[in-house]
Amino acid sequence: MTKLAEWLLALSVLGAAWVTLNFNLLGLDLPPPLQQLLWPLPVYLLVVFGCYSLATIGYRVATFNDCEDAARELQQQISEAKRDLALKGLKF
Amino acid sequence: MAASGNKRKSGDKYSVLLPTYNERENLPLIVWLLVRCFRDSGYNYEIIVIDDGSPDGTLEVAQQLQKIYGSDKILLRPRAKKLGLGTAYVHGMQHATGNFIIIMDADLSHHPKFIPEFIRKQKEGSYDIVSGTRYSGNGGVYGWDLKRKLISRGANFVTQVLLRPGASDLTGSFRLYRKDVLQKLVERCVSKGYVFQMEMIVRARQLNYTIGEVPISFVDRVYGESKLGGNEIVSFLKGLLTLFATT
Ligand SMILES: Nc1nc2c(ncn2[C@@H]2O[C@H](COP(=O)(O)OP(=O)(O)OP(=O)(O)O)[C@@H](O)[C@H]2O)c(=O)[nH]1
Ligand SMILES: [Mg+2]
Repeated sequence: MTKLAEWLLALSVLGAAWVTLNFNLLGLDLPPPLQQLLWPLPVYLLVVFGCYSLATIGYRVATFNDCEDAARELQQQISEAKRDLALKGLKF
Repeated sequence: MAASGNKRKSGDKYSVLLPTYNERENLPLIVWLLVRCFRDSGYNYEIIVIDDGSPDGTLEVAQQLQKIYGSDKILLRPRAKKLGLGTAYVHGMQHATGNFIIIMDADLSHHPKFIPEFIRKQKEGSYDIVSGTRYSGNGGVYGWDLKRKLISRGANFVTQVLLRPGASDLTGSFRLYRKDVLQKLVERCVSKGYVFQMEMIVRARQLNYTIGEVPISFVDRVYGESKLGGNEIVSFLKGLLTLFATT
């Protein structure tokens, strides 16, 4: 199954569950407060997911390692390499 | 010396593929670092330079390096014109005599010091692939501004959500592969550019290959021009959606 198919399957299962409960197709008598929560639930979930995504990306950008040491070490090694290669007869 | 003798006797040989396009300044430096790294760690190796007719004379420098280090260590497999990275790997691999292949950029973004870590990791878990990662552990980048970090992290997040690939760095190209595994993957991969690296991991998962990860520091190129530019975000998204719909 492709990832797209997995997503479609999961979304349609959730969607069907929502429709069933929301329009009371099974004749379950859900208490009114629960019914009121159910109606906008997809929008809530979307908003929660959006916030989670933004927070995660923001956190990861903020904590992205800056490898200052690696850059400095590389600069030193570049000079060392150039000296050594020149000795070995490389014409740059 | 005894330790390095043992490593040579283990029979493993590592072929490093270096695709180059206008890397005249970087090539000698990366080769020097590679040679030193392998000499110090004692693993058996060869370096295969695949130059695509660089107008800056990269091939001429590569020939000088071959004279210095020997034609058993530096192999030149040039092509007449710029044919792209994906086919450069295929071309280089055809001439590789190692049972492991290491793919890295020649622009000094990928430091050879991580190769012994890749090898250790591979042996530890007997992995089919070991991938360098900028996104986890002590991994990181140098020389990226906020915008580039944001795009990179954002793209990575979307990819993780859509593809759940089981590896943290999909667009990186510093990896170690078993040769037969790389061969099978390359046959199956159709995309180009960044997406090519991503597809390799996705296909590897499909084929149930195991993937280990080693955190790496990625230092942005010091010399030379960046070649992948312009509408790379658009082509990345297209490639991502294609993989999403087809794998
Ligand atoms: N043989 C060959 N090598 C290439 C080609 N395009 C890029 N390369 C090499 O592939 C490696 C990665 O390319 P880069 O231009 O560094 O791509 P990048 O790392 O995504 O981008 P920058 O580092 O920002 O330039 C480098 O060693 C290039 O010289 C090509 O068409 N043929
Ligand atoms: Mg680069």
